[in-house]
Amino acid sequence: MADYKMHLLVCGGTGCKASESEQIRDNLLAEVENHDLTDEVQVVMTGCFGFCEKGPIVKVLPDNTFYVQVKPEDAVTIVEEHLVKGRQVNHLLYRDPENDKPVSDSKHMDFYKKQVRIALRNCGFINPENIDEYIARDGYAALAKCLSEQTPQEVIDEIKRSGQRGRGGGGFPTGLKWEITSKSVADQKYVVCNADEGDPGAFMDRSILEGDPHSVIEAMAICGYCTGSSKGLVYIRAEYPLAIQRLKTAITQAREYGLLGEKIFGTPFCFDITLRYGAGAFVCGEETALIHSMEGLRGEPTFKPPFPSESGYLGKPTTVNNVETLASIPVIINKGAGFFSSIGTEKSKGTKVFALAGKINNVGLIEVPMGTTLREVIFDIGGGIKGGKKFKAVQTGGPSGGCLTNSFLDTPIDYDNLISAGSMMGSGGMIVMDEDDCMVSIAKFYLEFTLDESCGKCTPCRIGNKRLFEMLDKITKGLGNEEDLTRLRTLCKVIKDTSLCGLGQTSPNPILSTLDNFFDEYLAHVRDHKCPAGQCKSLVKYTINNDKCTGCTLCFRNCPVGAITGEKRSPHYIDNSICIKCGVCYDKCKFDAVSVS
Amino acid sequence: MNKIKSLDDLRQLREGMQAKIKLRESGDNAENIVRIKVAMSTCGIASGAKEIMTYLMDELEQHSIEAVVSQTGCMGYCFAEPTIEVTLPGKDPIVFGDVDKYRAAEIIEKYIIHNELVDGILPANYRTIDN
Repeated sequence: MADYKMHLLVCGGTGCKASESEQIRDNLLAEVENHDLTDEVQVVMTGCFGFCEKGPIVKVLPDNTFYVQVKPEDAVTIVEEHLVKGRQVNHLLYRDPENDKPVSDSKHMDFYKKQVRIALRNCGFINPENIDEYIARDGYAALAKCLSEQTPQEVIDEIKRSGQRGRGGGGFPTGLKWEITSKSVADQKYVVCNADEGDPGAFMDRSILEGDPHSVIEAMAICGYCTGSSKGLVYIRAEYPLAIQRLKTAITQAREYGLLGEKIFGTPFCFDITLRYGAGAFVCGEETALIHSMEGLRGEPTFKPPFPSESGYLGKPTTVNNVETLASIPVIINKGAGFFSSIGTEKSKGTKVFALAGKINNVGLIEVPMGTTLREVIFDIGGGIKGGKKFKAVQTGGPSGGCLTNSFLDTPIDYDNLISAGSMMGSGGMIVMDEDDCMVSIAKFYLEFTLDESCGKCTPCRIGNKRLFEMLDKITKGLGNEEDLTRLRTLCKVIKDTSLCGLGQTSPNPILSTLDNFFDEYLAHVRDHKCPAGQCKSLVKYTINNDKCTGCTLCFRNCPVGAITGEKRSPHYIDNSICIKCGVCYDKCKFDAVSVS
Repeated sequence: MNKIKSLDDLRQLREGMQAKIKLRESGDNAENIVRIKVAMSTCGIASGAKEIMTYLMDELEQHSIEAVVSQTGCMGYCFAEPTIEVTLPGKDPIVFGDVDKYRAAEIIEKYIIHNELVDGILPANYRTIDN
C-alpha cells in the first residue's frame, strides 16, 4: 500500500483546465514516476481555487506551497527541485502585490481568497438543528453581551458605527432604522424578519435560514432589546419548507434554553418569535405590503410615510430587517463595529452574499467584501463563463435591477456604484449572460415576471407594464419599428415616476439598462428584423443547403409539423410559413446541411 | 434541558460544548474517529445529499469505521452538489464535491481507509472570521 508523504494538488477548475492544467497533471505524474516517487507522492486534480486570474495553480501538501501560472514544462522543475531536493521553486511562487516578495506558505496568503464569510460564517460548518454547535461558535454571546453590559442606545450606536446598510436591497442604514423605532412611543412594538426572498435566481436568505437559523433569531432578539419590542415575527414564504422546519426547530431549542421567552439571561427582557407564511408574492418583499399580508389583508403596498418604524404591523412601530442583515448583527456586536467597518468601501461596509447563477462555471453562494469588482466575482470566484464563451452582461438586483456590461467589470461593487452604473445591489442575485443571450429577450423575461407579480393597485404598474411587455413582444417577433424604441423609453420613465411602490418604480430598469447598453441589439431587431444572438425564434430562419443535402430524409421524418418536403436522394426544402423553428432538423442533420440565419 | 439564566451559564455551556468537540478531536479514541459533514440545504438534498448521508453511514458501519456523520447547511458550492466535508483525525478538513454513491465509496476506500486523496476535492476559497 502506498503511504503518501506528499500531495500535489493541480487545479481542475474550468479556467485552469483551459490553460492546460490536465497536461500539467500528466507531466507531473510522469516526472513522479521517473523519479520513482509514485509510492510517496500523489498527484490529484481539485476543484477551483477561486484564483483563476493566476491559474493554473499547483499546491503542494503538507507544506502548503502555492505555485501560480504553472506551465506544463514546469513539472520537471517542481518535481526535481521541490520534491527531490526539497527546495521551493522561487519563480513560480505567488508574489505579494504590495511588496513583490514571494509568498512561500499559502497559510499566510489568505488574501488571495477573495471571499470573506460573515453572514455565512456558520453555513456549512455547524449542524443547523443543534443549538449547542451554534453556542460553541460564540452563539448567543452577542445577545448576552447586549443584555448584561450595554444599554439599548449603546448597541444602536455600535450598529450605526459599523456602517451596516440593509441587505434586502434598499441599503437603508440598519442602526438608524432601529433608532427610529426605539424612539417611537407605543405600548407594543414589533421586530419583523423579512424572509420573503423573491428575485429569480436568488437563494441567499434561504441558505442562511437553512444553514444558520440561530444567528437570525439571536439578531432579532438583539433588535427587540434595542427597539423595546417583545414580539418578533418572521415573514417567510411557504415555498421554503426546509427553512421553515429548521427555523421552527431552532426557535423551540432557543425557548428550551430560555434564550427566547421570559426574563432572558435573568434580565427583565422578554422576547419571543412566531412565524408567518407568505404565499410567495414578489411584492410582499416590499415592507408595507409584507406588513399588510401579515395583518391578513391583501399584500398591497401603501404610501410611505408613515414608515413602519413609526406605524407598521397593526399600526405599531415595527422594524423590518432582511435575513442577511440580521445574520451579520451578532458579529458586529461580538467583534465590534470597527471590525465590520474595516471591511468594504467608504459608504458600503462589510460583506455581501451573492447567489451566482446563469452561464457561469462555479454556480454558487459566495460572500465578498463590498468593493470587490465584478471581474473578481465572475472570473476568479465564479471561474469564468461556461463553455469558454464570451462574457456579455451580468444582471444584478433581480427584476428591479439592470444589466451591467464589460465596461463595468472593474467597478467595485457597492450600493452607490451599482446605482450609478444603472443597476442596483438588490438582494444579491447575480445572473451571468454570455454571447448567446438576446438582451431584448432578457428584458422581456424580467418584465413578464413583474407583470405576473404586479399587485394591480396602481395604474402605471398594472397597465404600463402590460404595454411595455406587448411592445417587447412585438420587437422580439420582428414586428417592431424604431418609433417603438422611443415609446418604450418614454413609457419606462412614466412608470418609474408614477408607480406607488418599489416594484413599479423599478420594473422598467431591466429595459432601460439594456436599452442603454445594448441599443444596437434593439436596433437589429426593429431595423433589420434580426436577432444577433439567434434567440428570438420568430426572427430565425432555417434553410437547407442544396449542395450539402444528400436527401437522406432524416429531417423530413423528424419535422414535427411537416414543414419539410423533398424526394429521396435529392435536396430537401423547408417551408418557412409552416416551420415552428424548433431546430430539430438542425440537430438531426448529419451532413451539416441545415443552416440558421 | 437547563435554562440559561445568565452570561456565566452561557459561557459554561459554550466551554462545555467546545471541550466536547475538542475531546472528539483529540480524545482517547480520536485516532479512529472520522468526522463527516454533509451539506443539507434544499439544493443539496435535491441533488441527493440525503441518500449519500444514509449511504455513508451504512458503508462506514460495514467497514467498522468509527465516524460521526452530521448534517450542515449550504457550503456554497452549488455547482458541485452534493458536497461533503471529511475530517480525518489530526488532519485539516477536506471538501469533496459531486459525491454520488460511486464517489462516496471511492472516498471511503481511498481517502478514509488508505489516506490517499481522490480527484475533485474543493479547496476552501474563503476566509473565515475566526481568530
